[in-house]
Amino acid sequence: MARARTKFIIGGVLVLGTAGYLMATAIGETGMYYLTPGELTAKVKGDSTFYDTGVKMGARVVPGTIEREPGGRAVSFRVTDGSQIIPVTYRGVIPDTFTDSVDVVVEGRYNREGTFVATTLLAKCASRYENAPDKYQSTPGYKAAKGPAA
Amino acid sequence: MILLGELSLWVALLMAIWSATVSFAGGRMSRADLAASGERAMYASFAFVALASIGLWTALITSDFSLRFVASYTSANLPTVYKFSAFWGGQAGSMLFWCLILSLYSALTLFANRKRNRELMPYVTGTLATILVFFLGTTAFSANPYARLDWIPPDGTGLNPQLQNPGMAFHPPNLYLGYVATSIPFAFAIAALVTRRLDAEWLAAVRRWSLVSWLFLTIGITMGMWWAYVELGWGGYWAWDPVENASLLPWLTGTAFLHSIMIQEKRGMLRKWNVTLVVATFLLSILGTFITRSGVIESVHSFAQSPVGTYFATFLIVAIIVTAFLVATRLKDLEARAELESMVSREAAFLYNNVVLVGIAFSVLWGTLFPIISEAVRGSKITVGPPFFNTVNIPLGLLLLALTGIGPLIAWRRASIANLKRQFAVPVTGGLFLGAALFALGMRDGYALVSYTLAGFVFTTIAQEFVKGVNARRRMHGEPVPVAFIRLIARNRRRYGGYIVHFGVVVLFAAFAGLAFKKEYDLSLTPGASFSAVDPYNRTWTFTSQGVSRYEELNRQVTAVVLEAKRAGMAPTLIKSEKRQHVDSRGQPTFEPSTEVGILESLRQDVYLVLHGVSGDDRETAEIRITFNPLVWWVWYGGIIMALGGLIVMWPQATRSGARRRAEGGYVVVMQSSERRPADVPEPPVEAGV
Repeated sequence: MARARTKFIIGGVLVLGTAGYLMATAIGETGMYYLTPGELTAKVKGDSTFYDTGVKMGARVVPGTIEREPGGRAVSFRVTDGSQIIPVTYRGVIPDTFTDSVDVVVEGRYNREGTFVATTLLAKCASRYENAPDKYQSTPGYKAAKGPAA
Repeated sequence: MILLGELSLWVALLMAIWSATVSFAGGRMSRADLAASGERAMYASFAFVALASIGLWTALITSDFSLRFVASYTSANLPTVYKFSAFWGGQAGSMLFWCLILSLYSALTLFANRKRNRELMPYVTGTLATILVFFLGTTAFSANPYARLDWIPPDGTGLNPQLQNPGMAFHPPNLYLGYVATSIPFAFAIAALVTRRLDAEWLAAVRRWSLVSWLFLTIGITMGMWWAYVELGWGGYWAWDPVENASLLPWLTGTAFLHSIMIQEKRGMLRKWNVTLVVATFLLSILGTFITRSGVIESVHSFAQSPVGTYFATFLIVAIIVTAFLVATRLKDLEARAELESMVSREAAFLYNNVVLVGIAFSVLWGTLFPIISEAVRGSKITVGPPFFNTVNIPLGLLLLALTGIGPLIAWRRASIANLKRQFAVPVTGGLFLGAALFALGMRDGYALVSYTLAGFVFTTIAQEFVKGVNARRRMHGEPVPVAFIRLIARNRRRYGGYIVHFGVVVLFAAFAGLAFKKEYDLSLTPGASFSAVDPYNRTWTFTSQGVSRYEELNRQVTAVVLEAKRAGMAPTLIKSEKRQHVDSRGQPTFEPSTEVGILESLRQDVYLVLHGVSGDDRETAEIRITFNPLVWWVWYGGIIMALGGLIVMWPQATRSGARRRAEGGYVVVMQSSERRPADVPEPPVEAGV
């Protein structure tokens, strides 16, 4: 009886251990810094490898800086957290909720020319209405992931 | 009506405070009069919450814009059905909605148990009343839907167009019905811990409520996926967003509980574990609400930041401390009555099912909270996305799928080699056959092949169980197949309803695996231009733009593109996608433009069309994305089948009262012939009473 219990515990530890290992490696490989423009500027000053490292940046769009290319496929704009202003370029599907003064989360790389090249653009809704969901964009991460599990 | 409603909210709060106080006092001092007063106060609280809700609904339907809530979430030209559903469209209203469901459930529980579980009920009432005090208090003090504006606007802001969708009208109430239902098992668990009456009694009382919660969560999550798919236009239905994860967490632990409860019923094992799961499921629903409302975690659909988050965090911490203390002081009363005898037994399969479900729940929780954890530990926020969740959960999910097939095939206690051979021969063959066939047809994706092999295995398992059951009935009762089939399910709803749920799971996994073959094309089409694309089944489609059109509808201006889709062997079909600019009753634009996707549905795949925008000097060139989404329909079917199975399991057994009378009269309830039960059942059979 005790043997069955021991065996079960070994099996359980194996299952959970594998899961834990997968979690640890997945965080190492796919985890991303979530920074504000101020934090990003400080990071790249301290450690230049932060240029060209994939990061997420949360900030607010500076009103009047949005320049859309014809066709609605590409856009450039500036974002700020109050301390730093960073120009962003983005090519891809622009969410319906993207407009002046919205909070956005961009995912991409900050290059040495000082431009944030975004591959993903998520726009949070303006304060005018609360729980407006965003258009999820089909991010490269999402495309790479071959479908959700259970 | 507004004054009455607002007043009712406060009276309901006072009633709930009274109910909580005297119920606990009644239980402590063994005073039936106090306990009875607590129950009456709970009924009264429900009545007043209902009045407060009717008041808010009246204000919404009649567009009384003096209320901030009505002005913020509706407009005069909003269709009535969405005025009605705006109730749960914003923070304040959805809090009141939560109170309404909780007080309704509490009243139902008190009524159903007015002659049963009398020793537990004062504490059950007290716990439920305490939760209700928390929710009513938070509503009244920090998210009051009756808050006034100091001026009356001519029109309201309107409901976000993305919430103007049937899926969104029904998805939140289902989730809330599911979330809130976890409170009842929690209350019984607390009562059982306090009174140390930790036998089968409280489990029998909570099983049905756990099913209610599971059923509504299943429906709610499926509807949420459907809404995200048809309304958000990103081509998928699950993005591992914190708010989605929040709804999945209690579902996972609830599902684990529905399995482990069977082990306690039949073998007297896992008693601590079951209490833990019940408590965890409730706490995870509260955590989910906290995540949705507090804004602590970056989510695309969180509510605005508000003080409500602090209230929830406090409540969560207090609840964790109280239950941890109760469990810790009662460990002795929770000792197992039996031990695991063999690794090759149904108990072991169920245990692994629990390990995997809780493992998935833990990884989802970890990934969801990781930004907070990393900020606390390392000082910088690190986020994880869909790749993290997929890496961890695809293998765990496949293991779970395998266990879905293994569990029902192994005998309780200890399975013999002969038993294993007899049971597994056909299903294993079935699974391998399907896997090999798909490989031969050219499928090369590893995870997908494993998924379909396992799906084939589980499906054959279920089919084998049904065939055996039907044949047994035909032999014993001489019934024709359809009659035998229906009676088989009807006479043993728990078992065969469970198999139907498992069938839904198989369908879901088959649909998830289909995502591996998704194909996407981005293109610009001038009117009359064509584009050819190959779908995942290697068939060639031709899409021809019929041009861009612009027109006005009741509350919106529409820009639409229509494509003609052609494929060999199919009549040409039109697909339309729209960009909508919503306007208020004065024709002024409201909200940002929204996209209405076009979907050509079929069992094999959806052809999914999104209009991004128009370009060119004449604004006639459509910028579009076409996605071939294999097997998406099966996700909705899988969800529906699971819900149906859940309903069958829940449905009261027709012979229930008779069976219970016999059980109470001292006779053992006779099991259905097909169920194998060991002779020395350690706890009284509860089959009949649940």
